[in-house]
Amino acid sequence: MCGWIRVSNLTDPGRVWQASPTPARRAWSRFKRHRLGYWSLLLFVAMTVLSLAAELISNDKPLLAQYDGRWYVPMVQNLPETNFGGDFDTPTDFLDPYIQAQFAKPGNWALYPINPYHHSTLNYFAKEPSPSGPSADNWLGTDDRGRDVLARLIYGFRVSVLFALALTLIGTVLGVFTGAVQGFFGGKTDLAFQRFIEIWSAMPELYLLIIFAAVFDPSVGLLLILLSLFGWMGLSDYVRAEFLRNRQLDYVRAAKALGLGPWAIISRHVLPNSLTPVVTFLPFRMSAAILALTSLDFLGLGVPPGTPSLGELLAQGKSNIDAWWISLSTFMVLVITLLLLTFMGDALRDALDPRKADL
Amino acid sequence: MSAVPKPLLSLRQWRVAFGANEVVHGIDLDVAAGERLALVGESGSGKTVTALGVLRLLGSARLSGHCWFDGEDLLQASEARMQQVRGQHIAMVFQEPMTALNPLFTIGDQLAEVFLLKMALSRQDAWHRCAEMLRQTGLTPVDRFMGSYPHQLSGGQRQRAMIAMALACKPKLLLADEPTTALDVSMRGQILDLLDTLQRETGTSILMITHDLNLVRRFADRVAVMEDGHVVESGAVQQVLNQPNHAYTRKLVDSRPQRHLAEVSADAPLVAQVQDVRVSYRTKPSGWRGWFSAGSLLAVESASFELRQGETLGVLGESGSGKSTLALALLGLLPFSGQLKLMGQSWQHQHSADLNLRRMVQVVFQDPFSSLSPRMTVEDVVGEGLRVHQARLPPQQRQIRVMQSLSEVGMTESEFPGLLQRYPHEFSGGQRQRIAVARALILQPRLLVLDEPTSALDVSIQKQLLQLLQRLQAQRGLSYVLITHDMQVIQAMAHQVLVMKQGQVVESGPALSVLEQPRHAYTQSLVQASTPDGPRL
Repeated sequence: MCGWIRVSNLTDPGRVWQASPTPARRAWSRFKRHRLGYWSLLLFVAMTVLSLAAELISNDKPLLAQYDGRWYVPMVQNLPETNFGGDFDTPTDFLDPYIQAQFAKPGNWALYPINPYHHSTLNYFAKEPSPSGPSADNWLGTDDRGRDVLARLIYGFRVSVLFALALTLIGTVLGVFTGAVQGFFGGKTDLAFQRFIEIWSAMPELYLLIIFAAVFDPSVGLLLILLSLFGWMGLSDYVRAEFLRNRQLDYVRAAKALGLGPWAIISRHVLPNSLTPVVTFLPFRMSAAILALTSLDFLGLGVPPGTPSLGELLAQGKSNIDAWWISLSTFMVLVITLLLLTFMGDALRDALDPRKADL
Repeated sequence: MSAVPKPLLSLRQWRVAFGANEVVHGIDLDVAAGERLALVGESGSGKTVTALGVLRLLGSARLSGHCWFDGEDLLQASEARMQQVRGQHIAMVFQEPMTALNPLFTIGDQLAEVFLLKMALSRQDAWHRCAEMLRQTGLTPVDRFMGSYPHQLSGGQRQRAMIAMALACKPKLLLADEPTTALDVSMRGQILDLLDTLQRETGTSILMITHDLNLVRRFADRVAVMEDGHVVESGAVQQVLNQPNHAYTRKLVDSRPQRHLAEVSADAPLVAQVQDVRVSYRTKPSGWRGWFSAGSLLAVESASFELRQGETLGVLGESGSGKSTLALALLGLLPFSGQLKLMGQSWQHQHSADLNLRRMVQVVFQDPFSSLSPRMTVEDVVGEGLRVHQARLPPQQRQIRVMQSLSEVGMTESEFPGLLQRYPHEFSGGQRQRIAVARALILQPRLLVLDEPTSALDVSIQKQLLQLLQRLQAQRGLSYVLITHDMQVIQAMAHQVLVMKQGQVVESGPALSVLEQPRHAYTQSLVQASTPDGPRL
């Protein structure tokens, strides 16, 4: 019974003691002190969240509309033109001057997104031939098929970031797993895995991509699989080295002497102490993944045609050298994204450096 | 020049600060010409920093006060002047000779460099002087050692080479920072003898930094005791150590652990029966043969002993003698051959079959900083064993058991608020070692393997931990296998002793009789080297 009283003392709010921060929390506070990295993270997260809501920001259908006293949500509804006084039973083209005139009548209105173009919108009523430069209608101009560059950048950024996140996640999980197995069990397992990695890394990745692009229909999923097959090797070496170091420390021996099984030792003791290189590399792996996707798209080996992508925009910029707005704006988006990730990576590396003291 | 004091080295109001953190608080210290001064203190007391500050080798630290050396204030000297002073007038010997020698050059090259740079001798003269220095420091045959690289030398030989380099220019003052701490016990006496002879021949003053009072008794003329950046007491060795005035000095002098052991009755149940245990490591032969065959290195050769309940077996030996390997074999963490029965059971080397035995045999390691996972709270660290062996215990019960175990090693919530939620980095070495003991005790083991449990701790903390272990043994009837190189620990703790050298058990028997009348020459040298009232040099 005495023990119970002592336990309740522990949670007594009257007691004055400050809970000591966990190692992760201390790293986070160090990260926050790194201003550039912290603001980069905030900006990057904001950009990503905004791009996830791209349909609300850049779309060719109004978010909400009232016509003849009736409410419509054109963004999610499929509305024939006949609803709004048109002649045909086809989906409404809200960029059509006739439809816009209908909505301009008193009592009718439509709330358009900030940028009234979807990435696939072909503006049949454009005032200038495409590609056209920046104007009040198209803030960053149009590409060679008359699609809005800003819309394509927003959607392209989203594809790039989601792709990079997925690729980083898969690569990290695979890399940590293989590195852990090699490092913890060591000996013959390690030897066999190391030889396998040497052979595997000698495979010509780019040729394989070209061959597969010719054999299969190009798709984001296929790219993800192919790039993941090769992306785990760099990380697994680091994790292996950390495991080799940590598994012979005394606290692991003590855990063995306590009778913990190998998987419990890996997950409770060795892994948490081996994750520093993994976390440090995350932003750099993301930027490498974005760059890989962009390069492949640029070469035409990437995502299927029609998908908005930064690499495809760069390729357009190359073939339309006069349309400077295409290449310049894409270039800026890429530079900013990669810079933000690099700043974050620097800050993370500092935050996880055990030699840095807490202030 | 009347203000200049007479001693060779004289520190006045000597302060060392790193940023806002002052570590040496205005100390006064004198070293007379030809004198041997020992600077004594526990880790963190600022003794090494004081010495490095004299040579202005501290980089970013802020130094203030006066450092009179031979009539010159070194704090005002130019950097170029300091380069002259270092090596030529004041030389230094470090604790760890392996890191202080350049691994890419031979001993001869490194020694000759001193003569070439500092004394501008010709190559041939320098080479002759090198040979002479090596002969003086006992590194003979000289030709062999001139051409050896640091890794080819033993620890003691490296320290001799370091001393040769330090004394090459016949400096007036030698700063020796724990010169024998990294060496084995039997080697320590030899290095001390060497320093003694050289000091007599050259008349160099020696400032010896150490935490070892035996060494002070044997070597120094005067002693200064440092605590927390202050010199709390100084004077002639005999006077300070025999009639200490300051409480801290008394604590240091009294830190010799006392023997409080209950006798073990002859019919106490047997905890461990070990017969002819051999452990060998696989090694790889050098060159192409390593591709095809594996060699083996015998780390422990036929160790045998019996251990009863409530009894302590001390395993004594120097580094590389196989004593830690024997510990790992006892814990069933290494494959071995021979008979090993613990509580009548033996290791199956299979996880589930060994679980029951694991609960009864626990371990405490030497280094308190690597023996606790830095990412687990104290509650997780200590409660880990319960998760394995009593997985169905409800969390509240587990927490109670953790707190009980911690309070048994003297760590309570009232002394360390929020104890359970703290992380290991918030505790000192001695406290971490207590946590490690609590982790072992929570399973209520019957045998505890202690692998150098005190050698990383300061002397006063060592005593506390040993007292704790003695108390636990008396209360619970625990049996210990205590691995150590420290004769004092054996003297205080062990009923039985096993002396190991290069994998072989050279002597064994009741601890006190072995220590009093060692039969084997090796044991005799160990006992002699660590006798507190050993021959004064």
